[in-house]
Amino acid sequence: MTETVLIGQEPELQPEVDVSKIVPINRQSFGDKLRAYAKKPFSMILMLLVMLAALVTAAIVIFIVVYTLAQGIPNLKGALFAWNYNSDNVSMTYAIINTLFLAGMTIVIAAPIGVFAAIFMVEYAKSTNIFVKIVRMAAETLSGIPSIVFGIFGMIFFVGVLGWGYSMLAGIFTMVLMTLPLIMRTTEEALLAVPDSFREGSFALGAGKLRTIFVIILPSAMSGIISGIILAIGRVVGETAALIYTGGSSRRLAGGFMQSGATLAIHMYLLANEGLHVGEAWATAVVLIVLVVVINGLAEFVGNKLKKEY
Amino acid sequence: MTEEVLQDGKEIKRQIKVDPKELIMKIVFIIAAVVFIAAVVTICVFIFVQAVPALKEIGLFNFLFSSEWDPDVEGTGGGSYGIATMIVGSIYITAGALIVGVPIGFLTAVFMARYCPRPLYKVMKPMTNILAGIPSIVYGYFGVRVIVPFIRDTFGGYGYSILSASLVLGIMILPTIISVSENAIRAVPKSYYEGALALGATKERAIFRTEVPAAKSGIVTSIILGLGRVIGETMAVVMLCGNQTEFPDSILDGVRTMTANIVLELGYAEGLHRGALIATAAVLFVFILIITLLVSLIRKKAK
Repeated sequence: MTETVLIGQEPELQPEVDVSKIVPINRQSFGDKLRAYAKKPFSMILMLLVMLAALVTAAIVIFIVVYTLAQGIPNLKGALFAWNYNSDNVSMTYAIINTLFLAGMTIVIAAPIGVFAAIFMVEYAKSTNIFVKIVRMAAETLSGIPSIVFGIFGMIFFVGVLGWGYSMLAGIFTMVLMTLPLIMRTTEEALLAVPDSFREGSFALGAGKLRTIFVIILPSAMSGIISGIILAIGRVVGETAALIYTGGSSRRLAGGFMQSGATLAIHMYLLANEGLHVGEAWATAVVLIVLVVVINGLAEFVGNKLKKEY
Repeated sequence: MTEEVLQDGKEIKRQIKVDPKELIMKIVFIIAAVVFIAAVVTICVFIFVQAVPALKEIGLFNFLFSSEWDPDVEGTGGGSYGIATMIVGSIYITAGALIVGVPIGFLTAVFMARYCPRPLYKVMKPMTNILAGIPSIVYGYFGVRVIVPFIRDTFGGYGYSILSASLVLGIMILPTIISVSENAIRAVPKSYYEGALALGATKERAIFRTEVPAAKSGIVTSIILGLGRVIGETMAVVMLCGNQTEFPDSILDGVRTMTANIVLELGYAEGLHRGALIATAAVLFVFILIITLLVSLIRKKAK
């Protein structure tokens, strides 16, 4: 209720009204709701189904996480992080180092390509351009390809045709292909979120396109870009199918690009398949889940907290 | 493109001196974009070029519709390569996972979008994110240790079955369905909901009869994305589905999916056997291409 008060005129004093006693016409009490549901039983059934589904989802998450933690944490002994792997003590140290190496190198290669491609798509190209449409289609196709198909391609091309053998390098390039669309999409979103006034202001001050992009736009979009890159790391850490026949599954420390080595996810697959180290496999699952959840959480944190409000 | 080039040309004439860095970097950006096209083309070419000779030798019809999968491992010649049982296996498990995942995921999405109070949302959202982040190998192991014994004890059979795989994959696609559907429902203008309420509809009627139809394309997209994820899923499936190359009689029987076939035998396959596995990947690839096309068609229609 807004009252127009004319200048020079005293607003009419109204009798005191206890606002709290007024029942808003559009508010339902719990009883009202129950009565409405009694009249429309189908609505009530739907409501109950929705609640049930939410409950089931929550229960599933809690059950999986708690069960895994309960099975894994008691087995999470210091020996599992011993330097050497052997068939008695299935240490995951090598696997963790291999994972970090592979994920890191993947990002070193994939991040510039993905970010540059996104810069082209957002800052240079017109969306009606046929070339842009083809690139977009390619990115969508790439993001839909199942990881085993990446794996078989990596085995044919990197391992076979290029003759790299089962090696970190083959694994890295397979992962690059897999993470490229993710990095490009998140970067595109981040670039699009930078207001046009930033670009216009920069151009108006005489900056060239390149300077505008690197000095004005990229820093403003950095949080979104970094969060996308962290998500990509999470994808690599959790990946198995694409790496078995490219990065290889030998449990040793990959001493360089041309040596093969199992990542943590593959290490866990091998443990699960052998079936000899049930508890240790659970412990590895805990490490994997914690790693991925922390990585994804970090991505979200970076995306949200460092985001500047324009 | 030509317009831009012309503009650039004019500018160069006007300013006489333009930083060559601009042009170089522009070319670098274009090259980065070209990498995407090159990647897809290379993947297609190498998979199909290796698949076609094998398909010719086996015969496309035989490959797709024969149920006999008996690879020639010793290299004695012969061997039969038919993936009909695996296509059926993939379809059964995909259907099963959708039957499990879609109702729960869709209704949870409705809950998240329209029922969930703010404090609860702050707990529910990270929980579904955790579900999305768990690696498939962990899902597989969880399935082997928990779901398989449960199915074996309650329903009989070996436990490694369509049912076990469907349950676990149904859970795996929950986060995809929830987040995409939730966004679709949230994107419906508030006036739809308010209008329905003003006409005397209950909250449920307003949501399910006005908002959900309006968000239909987004919800269908979420289901198709889930479908794509299930068809392509490998590690969790191979641990749970039993891997028999036979047609199943019931959902308690094991099957083998196309993905499982590849990952199981690629390690030691040679010659025609290897070609047959690559051809399996090609069939899988075609499935995924159809799905990607469907999604983009739906998006276009929605616009």
